[in-house]
Amino acid sequence: MAQAQTHSEYVLRRLHTLAGVVPVGLFLLEHLFTNAMATSGAYAYNSAVYTIQHIPFLHVVEFFFIFLPLVYHGVYGLYVAYTSGYNAGQYSWGRNVMFVLQRITGIITFVFIIFHLWTTRFSGRAPTFQMVHDLLTQNPAYFWFMVIGVVAATFHFSNGLWSFCIHWGITVGARAQRITAYVTMVLFVVLAAVGISSLVAFTHTA
Amino acid sequence: MSAEAVKEATSQRTVHLIIERQDNPNSKPYTQEFILPYRPGMNVIACLMEIQRNPVDKDGNPVAPVAWECNCLEEICGACMMVINGKPRQACTAVVDQLEQPIRLKPARTFPVVRDLVVDRSRMFDALKKIKAWIPIDGTYDLGPGPRMPERDRQWAYELSRCFTCGACLEACPNVNERTSFIGAFAISQARLFNAHPTGAMHREERLEALMGEGGIHECGNAQNCVQVCPKGIPLTTSIAAMNRQVTWYAIGAWLKK
Ligand code: SF4
Ligand code: FES
Repeated sequence: MAQAQTHSEYVLRRLHTLAGVVPVGLFLLEHLFTNAMATSGAYAYNSAVYTIQHIPFLHVVEFFFIFLPLVYHGVYGLYVAYTSGYNAGQYSWGRNVMFVLQRITGIITFVFIIFHLWTTRFSGRAPTFQMVHDLLTQNPAYFWFMVIGVVAATFHFSNGLWSFCIHWGITVGARAQRITAYVTMVLFVVLAAVGISSLVAFTHTA
Repeated sequence: MSAEAVKEATSQRTVHLIIERQDNPNSKPYTQEFILPYRPGMNVIACLMEIQRNPVDKDGNPVAPVAWECNCLEEICGACMMVINGKPRQACTAVVDQLEQPIRLKPARTFPVVRDLVVDRSRMFDALKKIKAWIPIDGTYDLGPGPRMPERDRQWAYELSRCFTCGACLEACPNVNERTSFIGAFAISQARLFNAHPTGAMHREERLEALMGEGGIHECGNAQNCVQVCPKGIPLTTSIAAMNRQVTWYAIGAWLKK
C-alpha cells in the first residue's frame, strides 16, 4: 500500500467546515444577538457593546477566535467555490440548487464582511447605536446592502450546518438529512428575521 | 433515399434523434440528426442499431454509423450509459415511448470520449483499485472459511453491490470536473460495501486511508445529484455520510494515537 498518502487536503477541508461552525458560526449568532439588543433601544445596545468591549484580552480573543478562522474559512472557501462545478441548469434538483446557492452566498458574504468591517470595526469610529444609525440612514443603498449581507450570511450558515452534519458523519440516513434540511431552513428564516429587525431598529432615532 | 421514400418515412410514425458525435478523442464534436422508422417498444439501443443498419442522416446523406457500447441490454452491465435528453442513464432501458422527442444523445463528457457515444471509464477502475474494492482472501495456505455476515447487514450491503460502474453518478456530479481529482460517489459506496463485509473489514483502515487521500471523500460537496441519477437506486448519499462517519472517527483516532 502506498503509505505516504497525503491527508492534507482532507484535513484542510474538514477544518474549513469546522471553522465555519466553530468559531465563525458561533460568532455570527453572538453578533446577531448583540445587534438584536437594538430592538430594545439605544441604551440596551450601547451597554451590550460596552460589556463586549471589556472582555479581558479582547484583541487576542478577537484575533484568534474570530479573525484568523474567518479569514481561513473565507479564503479557503473561495478556493472550494472555484474547484466546484456548477450544473444546476442541467440538474435542477433542490439539493443541487442549494449547493450552488451555498457557494454564491459564501462569495456575497465574503465581499459583504470586508465592506462591513471597513465601515465599522476598522472605521476608527466608536461602535455606538448612533454610529450604526448614521451609517444605515445616510444612504438607503447601505441599508439594502446590509439586508443582502444578513440574508446571505444567515443562509450560508444555516445551510452550511446541514452540510457540516453530513461531512462529519452526524446525519447519515436520508430521513435524518431531510429533517435536518427543514430544521436548518427554519433556522435561516429565524436568523434572517432577527438580523433584519435589528437593522430596522437601528434606523429609528435613539 | 428517394423523395418517395422520405415521404413514406415521414408519413409513418418516426423517431427523431439528435446525436452529438465525435470522430476521435481529439477531434471537435458535431451534431447529426436522424429520422428512423418507429417500431413499438424500441429503446435507444434499437435506434442506434437502426442507424447502423442504414447509416443516413435525416436528409438522406450517407454518414459513418454512430458508435456506442452495450452488452447485456438489461441494465446489468453498465456499459451503455450516455446522456439522454440531458440526464445520464442507461440507453438499454431508455424506451422511446417514454422519451420526449427529438431524443438528444450525448456522450458522458466527464470521461474522455473515444468515439461518438463511447467513453473511456478507466478512471472508475483506477478509483476502485485505489480504495481496494475487493476482499483479499488469498494466502499461502488454506485460510479456511471467514466470519459470517449478519443477515441484517447483508440486506443493505446487497443494495450497494448492485453498482455496475456505469458512471452516471460521476457524470451528474458537479465536483467531478477538471479542477478536482474526485473519485466519485460510487467508489465511496463501494468502500462502504467492502468495509461492511466481515472479511473485507480486515482491510478497513486501508480503504479509509484512501478515502482521506487525493480525490477522496472530502471532495464531495453534497449536491446529491448522484443519488438522483443512479439507475440502480443505490443510496449513495447515505453511503457517503456513513463513510464520512467512519473516516472522521478513524482520522481522530489515528491522530490521537500518533
Ligand atoms: S453508483 Fe449507480 S450511478 Fe454510480 S456507477 Fe454505480 S450504478 Fe452507476
Ligand atoms: S447494455 Fe448493459 S446496462 Fe445497458
